[in-house]
Amino acid sequence: MTDTAALRRETCSPHRFRVGDRVRVRVAYPIGHVRTPFYIRGKSGIIERLCGSFPNPEELAYARSGLPALPLYRVRFLQRELWPDYVGRPADTLEAEIYQHWLQAEEVPP
Amino acid sequence: MSGDHEAEDGHLPHGGHLPHGEIRPDQDDSLTYYRAMETAVRELLIEKGVLTAADVRRQIEAMDSRGPHGGAMMVARAWVDTAFKQRMLEDGSAAARELGLEIGPLNLIVVENTSAVHNVIVCTLCSCYPRMLLGLPPDWYKSRNYRSRTVREPRAVLAEFGTLIPADTRICVHDSTADMRYLVLPRRPENTEHLSEAQLAALVTRDSMIGVSVIEE
Repeated sequence: MTDTAALRRETCSPHRFRVGDRVRVRVAYPIGHVRTPFYIRGKSGIIERLCGSFPNPEELAYARSGLPALPLYRVRFLQRELWPDYVGRPADTLEAEIYQHWLQAEEVPP
Repeated sequence: MSGDHEAEDGHLPHGGHLPHGEIRPDQDDSLTYYRAMETAVRELLIEKGVLTAADVRRQIEAMDSRGPHGGAMMVARAWVDTAFKQRMLEDGSAAARELGLEIGPLNLIVVENTSAVHNVIVCTLCSCYPRMLLGLPPDWYKSRNYRSRTVREPRAVLAEFGTLIPADTRICVHDSTADMRYLVLPRRPENTEHLSEAQLAALVTRDSMIGVSVIEE
């Protein structure tokens, strides 16, 4: 456990996003073990917090090291963004954990 | 990878009801691919002396005996100790360890219910759950119905639990998609100022820490 943690610190991809950044989830359909749900692909949200870095589950699932570890973010979406027919309060939100390689920076309209 | 990723299908025909006279089948009466693999791996580990059958039994018993007490302890402490609550919201795992709870490598995020926001937890991809603090997840938490609908129509799902969220309260759904696990810090009921921390902990229900219910006075 300690060895893994040390190894992870030494082999991390640098963080590309900060809290409050607007991001969009990549639209991609790779085969295999993926922990980005379909319903948030292509959707735009805000970085809520940084969770640290973790070995890539898409590699871990196939007994590879998953290194370098990837930054993991919690992204906040408006429910209306996820579901155009959302019934509920417009301010209702959803937060999900997303690995950095699934996120793209999005220009904020002036 | 975390050991608590799993998805189980407890599906029964006829909307969960069996026609009169039929016997409800056991859920483990068929040797599926994964059951065969689990048995094979377990027997190999024992045969090669990596672990013993008693080790396996002890682990199963330890997991089966876990309940929501750890989570309830954290909630009660947060209610009586504002500084602890602050530390818990900043780093849930550290707060759990501070209370002496054994949580292993759990990465915990605690989210606080207030009059302005109500939080509810779901894992759409499988059934991630803070087992070290809440015990085994309830069957409904692992159902496709709960997992698919909570992200899409949380107010309707909560209403089915008898939980009506006021229109001016924002609902925040947390989809536990990766390495973090979640605990809801429910609101402290009114008129509980006279209760001790232990008495407060006894009020805290499992469902309130998942966020599908609130704690009644």
